[in-house]
Amino acid sequence: MEGLQNRPCGGRYGDIVEAIGNTPLVELKRLSPKPGVRIYAKLESYNPTGSVKDRVARGLIEDAEARGAIGPGQTILEPTSGNTGISLAMICQRKGYPLKVVMPDNVTAERTQLLTMYGAEIVYSPGAQGSNGAVALALEMAEADAGYYMPYQYGNSANPDAHYNGTALEILDELDEVTAFVAGLGTGGTLMGNGRRFKEHDPETTIVAAEPLQGELVQGLRSLDDGFIPPIIDLSLIDRKIFVSNRDAVVWTKKLLEEEGLFLGVSTGAIAAIATRIAGELDEGNVVFVSPDDGWKYLSSGVYTKPIDQLEAEGVLDSASFW
Amino acid sequence: MSTIKIPPVLRASTGGEREVSAEGADVGELLRALAAAHPATESQLFGEDGALNRYVNVYLNDEDVRVLNGLDTAVEADDTLVILPAMAGGA
Repeated sequence: MEGLQNRPCGGRYGDIVEAIGNTPLVELKRLSPKPGVRIYAKLESYNPTGSVKDRVARGLIEDAEARGAIGPGQTILEPTSGNTGISLAMICQRKGYPLKVVMPDNVTAERTQLLTMYGAEIVYSPGAQGSNGAVALALEMAEADAGYYMPYQYGNSANPDAHYNGTALEILDELDEVTAFVAGLGTGGTLMGNGRRFKEHDPETTIVAAEPLQGELVQGLRSLDDGFIPPIIDLSLIDRKIFVSNRDAVVWTKKLLEEEGLFLGVSTGAIAAIATRIAGELDEGNVVFVSPDDGWKYLSSGVYTKPIDQLEAEGVLDSASFW
Repeated sequence: MSTIKIPPVLRASTGGEREVSAEGADVGELLRALAAAHPATESQLFGEDGALNRYVNVYLNDEDVRVLNGLDTAVEADDTLVILPAMAGGA
């Protein structure tokens, strides 16, 4: 109840963009394998559009405004698998910037609806190429037309800075010690920004990346030269980098729902799988992980309602992009 | 013997094989054994300097060897090595 006494109503803000951040940190007592080890989830679904990307999108747009890189009416272009696009769409609508997002064509229908709802225009890239395809197509479009401003979350330091100056400080406000920090590896923003802050606070903090093992149907690269490493990633900051299959991610997503009452996205399942594994290797301490979003956008995939074997038989685990 | 799992993008170079067995004391030895058995994989796995191609991620069991000891990471019998192309994560 201490937290509630400190912030009885979650704050007062001038508009919805200002209300981004200050998300709850929730302990997962039933998932902790040892009494001396506490596991906490930072629930980023409490942001206005329901994901951690609200922080990043605000950082990207406000950084461009501060540098004078964008002015009224400027069209913004960005590759995304969904959440960054949805966050940008809300912020761009509030601030009056037209938005075009490049997104793989195999994401769930809810993402398309949310983007359209906020007035964004969608350009689809081949789903088999995963996010790599979206990045490549957006870079091509930006090169061909100088009229676009592309914030480019994969290469823009405003992305990790949103975590360095936001998420990590909020966590350190609540916990004196972070023994291990676990986050998903997408653009690298969450890991780099939080990781840098936690290492400065305590160099002994273990920084752990949970990585999606893309289904084979989402590995449609023509050659290794189509490979992609987000420029903002500095591997030297990461102590462990562990992949999680879509199957394990879904199993843990269901476990969070059944054991902790948390209705979270599939990437959170993957991250929780790694967080509990790391917790099992410790004797005491705090393991903190970031939950990027909740489950609403993935309902149509059936992962919350169908048994795991049925999902596997239907090919959902191999073909869908959940991250 | 350790098992090496081959990603779709490299299977043309392994005659379509999805898994290859190899002997080696560390990750580098296993990958060089793979390259010896399937020479078409060599230029894709390694750069001219003999280091791991930057767009290739290699996982011992399920941990990225780049944040362990790289090609010198020790391998136990029955370990599984997974090769994956570097992909952008969702975001």
